This record gives sequence, C-alpha cells and structure tokens, in this order.
Amino acid sequence: MIVTENLDIAYDQTLIVKQLNVEIPPHKITALVGANGSGKSTILKTMARLMKPKSGHVLLDGKAIHRLKTKEVAKQLAILPQNPTAPEGMTVIDLVTYGRFPHQRGFGSLTQKDKEVILWAIEATGMEEFAYRPVDQLSGGQRQRAWIAMALAQETPILFLDEPTTFLDMAHQLEVLNLLEELHEKEQRTIVMVVHDLNHASRYAHHMIAIKKGTVVKAGTPMEVMQPDIIEEVFGIQCDIIQDPRTGLPLCLPYAISRSQKEPVIV
Amino acid sequence: MKNDTVNQHSRTWVAMMVLVVGVLAIVFGIALSISVGAANIHLSTVWEAIVHYNSNQTEHAIIRDLRLPRALADVLVGASFAVAGAIMQGMTRNPLADAGLLGLNAGSALMVAVCFAFLPGLSYNSLILFSFLGAAVAAGLVYGISSLARGGLTPVRLVLAGAAVSALLTALSEGIAIHFQLSQELAFWYAGGVAGVKWSQLKVMTPWLVIALVGALLLSRSITLLSLGDEVATGLGQKTVLVKMVGTIIVLLLAGVSVSAVGPIGFVGLVVPHFARFFVGVDYRWIIPCSAVIGGGFMIIADIGARMINPPYETPIGVLFALIGVPFFLYVSRKGRREIS
Repeated sequence: MIVTENLDIAYDQTLIVKQLNVEIPPHKITALVGANGSGKSTILKTMARLMKPKSGHVLLDGKAIHRLKTKEVAKQLAILPQNPTAPEGMTVIDLVTYGRFPHQRGFGSLTQKDKEVILWAIEATGMEEFAYRPVDQLSGGQRQRAWIAMALAQETPILFLDEPTTFLDMAHQLEVLNLLEELHEKEQRTIVMVVHDLNHASRYAHHMIAIKKGTVVKAGTPMEVMQPDIIEEVFGIQCDIIQDPRTGLPLCLPYAISRSQKEPVIV
Repeated sequence: MKNDTVNQHSRTWVAMMVLVVGVLAIVFGIALSISVGAANIHLSTVWEAIVHYNSNQTEHAIIRDLRLPRALADVLVGASFAVAGAIMQGMTRNPLADAGLLGLNAGSALMVAVCFAFLPGLSYNSLILFSFLGAAVAAGLVYGISSLARGGLTPVRLVLAGAAVSALLTALSEGIAIHFQLSQELAFWYAGGVAGVKWSQLKVMTPWLVIALVGALLLSRSITLLSLGDEVATGLGQKTVLVKMVGTIIVLLLAGVSVSAVGPIGFVGLVVPHFARFFVGVDYRWIIPCSAVIGGGFMIIADIGARMINPPYETPIGVLFALIGVPFFLYVSRKGRREIS
C-alpha cells in the first residue's frame, strides 16, 4: 500500500509537484496519465524513492519510504525506469539475474531459489528462446520484456513502470500490456504505470490518476476519469468519449485542440 | 533452459583461463624484463641474484637495485591504470573513460611538477598525496565543466572536457618545467618512465595500490549494477551515491599514485578493459581482476619492447602506448557512435 502525504517535489528550486496526496490501491493496476511535462514521471520516481521530495512523505505500508533501507524497499517494490539500456553484450539471463540483487548477500552467488525465480521470470515473459541473446540485439518489444523479467525476478508485490510502451509499435505495446494484465490476474501484484495512450490506460487500468502541472485533477475508475471536461483540462484537447464495443470501457476520440490553450499551436 | 549452468561455467572457465595465462605471462615477463636491457643478463644469473644475492657481483646489483623494482612497478602500475579505467567505464557507462583521457593523469602530473619546482626534497610519501590531490582536482574540473553544459553529462562531452582540461594542465606543467629549468628531470617522467622507480618508492606506493586494487575487487559487483544505469541500480536497492564515492576514491588512488611513480601513462586504462570485456563479458567481478592481470602483463611486455626498439636508448613507454591506443580510441568511438554522441 502506497500513499503520498503533502508531497512537494522540486528540480533545483523549481517546484514541479505541489502538495500531492494520492493513494495507490493495492492489488490493482493504476495508470498515471497527463501531458508531457505534467510531472507524472517525477511522481512515479519519487514514489519509488529514486528521487527525494522537497517535503512531505511517501508511505509504504505506513512507513516513510525514503527512510527505509533501500535494499528492503527493493524487496517490496520494483521499478522499471523509462528507456533503460543494458551494457553492450549483456545477455537476457544476465540481466534477469541482477533482479535477484535485493535478495542476495556478499559477492552474489545464486541459491537454488534464485535460479528458480530467474527461470520463472524468463518463462513468464516468454523470453525462453532469447535467454542467451544480448539484450542490445533484441527488438524493442523483446527488450522491454527482458527488463520486465528483471523486475519480476525481484519478486516484489509492487511493480512500477515508467512508460513501458513508448517507442514500441502497436503489437508490441499490446504484448507488454497483456503481460502486465496477466501478472496482475495471476499474482495479484500492485502495478503502477505511466502511460501516454489514454485508451490503453482505460482498457488495462482499474484506477486512473490524471495529473496536470504536478497536481491531481481527478483520480478514480476509468469511467470516472475519462470525461470530456476532465480530459480537456488535463490535455487541452476536446474529445468525444464513446463506449468500446468490445469491452464496454470508455474510449477517447479527440477532435480539436482547446481554444483556451495559451500556447500557440503550429500545425 | 537447461544449459544455463553450462553457459555460466564456460564463462567462468574463460575468465579463469585469462587469469592463469595472464599471471604466467607476467611471471615470464618479469623474468625477461630482468634479463633484457643495456646489459643482457642470463636468466640463471637472475635466479641466482634472487635466491643467493651476492652484493659483490655487479650483475646481481643491477638486478636487485634497478631491474627488479622496475619490473614490479610495471606490473603494479599497469594493473592500476587498467583497473582505474575499468571502474570509470563501468561507473560512467562510458566506453571512452580513462584516467588519461579524462584529465586525471594530467592533474597528477601538474601537481608533481609543482612539487618538483616549489618543494624540492619533498618526501615521496607527500608527493603521492599531492599527486592524488592533483587527480582529484582534475576530475572535479572535468565533471564540473561537462555537467554545466546543457543536456548534462554525455560520454563525448566528458571526453571533450577531459581533453581541454588535460591540455591546460599539461601546458601549465610544461610552463613550470621550462621556467624552473626542470625540463630534463620531468621530460622522461612525462613520457612515462618506469626506469627510475626505486625500492624506496615501491615500498610507499605498493600498499596504496594493493589496498585500492582489493577495494576495486570488493566493489566489482556494485560496479556491474551501476553499469545498468543509476535508476535501475537504485531500484534494485543499491546505495549508488556511496558506491560512486568509494569508486571515485579508488580511481583517484590508482591513477594518482601510479602517476606519481611513472608519469602520466595514457591509454592502458582505455584499451585493457575492452580486451577483458571481449573475453569475459559484462560482469565486473571478472572484468576487474582480468583487467588487472592483462594490464600488468601488457605493461611489462611494452616496457621490454621500449628497451629493445632502439638499444641502448630507451623509447618512452608512453609513446608506445599512444601508438597502440590512438587507433583503438578511434575504433571504439566509431563503433559506439550511435550510443555515445
């Protein structure tokens, strides 16, 4: 269970996030959505203790995450940053093995348990046939799955992902999102991700948090968040919300840029 | 998935092979290095000089006082530069990182020149300290300059800043050398002179270098984690700031102490870790020991070469390394062009 209390986050002196209070529901998929520069990535990183807040707290099971031992946090929470790159020549199995770091001591020899988890993570992500291939030689979708496998090997109840589908083509995007859905269904993991595509958020998340300039505009189910006026406020576009004929979930069809947008628009 | 253990074993096997062959090459190199020089000495005499030392024999004295410390310094310093390069490349995720390229060697060299000029008669102990400080100041300058730039640190920017700072610091040392008429004293030392290393120096520098090398081994696993990127390493529960601090101190020790003894020798730190990686992959638990062994072997063999090219004159070893290192630098920067620019 993760909660933020009056979180202020700043880069140098510029306040990016002001007085943020959000709650991440356990055992659900939560999507953080917002325009570029809205601070959603910054919020994700701070909740995962990669960044220190200026003031306020992030509570993990009631304890301030920035005061906990970082290795203990790593047993509870795994985070996949945006666009991670593996050193040239590192194989998938090598990479996944590093996911066991929080559970290891000393020089890091692998226990039987470690080996089992590593194999399981590789299988769960469907990476068996690529296990011995260098990560840098894989396609974008395979590479992302390799990194997710590393995060899975961490065996944490909570999984954070920063834009896991960016730079992937449509099939690979679905592949990654289906994998996350499956992980949630099979293992009840709490998943928090930053996503750009609103319709993906609506389709895969149970809980959405819409962020504008570092503050929450609306948090709730996709039905509650996917409203034309909320989307106009968050993204500065006008849209129709229709029902997905297959899933019954809300879909966003943008048709215009809001007039109230102050920034000049160059078409 | 059954062959994972096999695969792990084969890599361990390759690494062990590199270590064994490397150590053998070093032992052979030391023997050869002692027997080859302006006066050629037979290997049996070398053995005799070590086992039954006789101070009345000139050959024994040459071996004991000149050749043996030189050979040992070669190995130590070669290993140190190589390991310093390996740690820097891993920590900064920069294939072009090297104590020479990033200005550390030039910083040490400047401080040594300053000491020669203003504090003559300084003990070697203190000289090492100044050399270490010189490396630290240069490192601070290079990192400062390159992170001030818009867009932050990129490998190429770091190397550019390193080149600029190196040029400035080297110019300053040369100015000091000319003004204080130290050119001759410093000239050979600049080009990378292992010839002048004495027992007294070796005694002071060895403990520092050994401590730093052992520290590097202990840190090796953390370096691999850092090579995945800061955010990933933090996410996995690593104290990245602490690891970087300790890593930096180790690098400064290795480079600073080595430069104080033999001058700024570049390119060993750049080239050797790439060789090690070619054999043992991406795990710094293997890259670091293998770099140490390859670096030590490489250095002692190059030093023998330096004595044999134009006898009885010695060719500066730094020049030899530049001959190998510059093409290699160009190769690495071309190969990695997409990711490093």
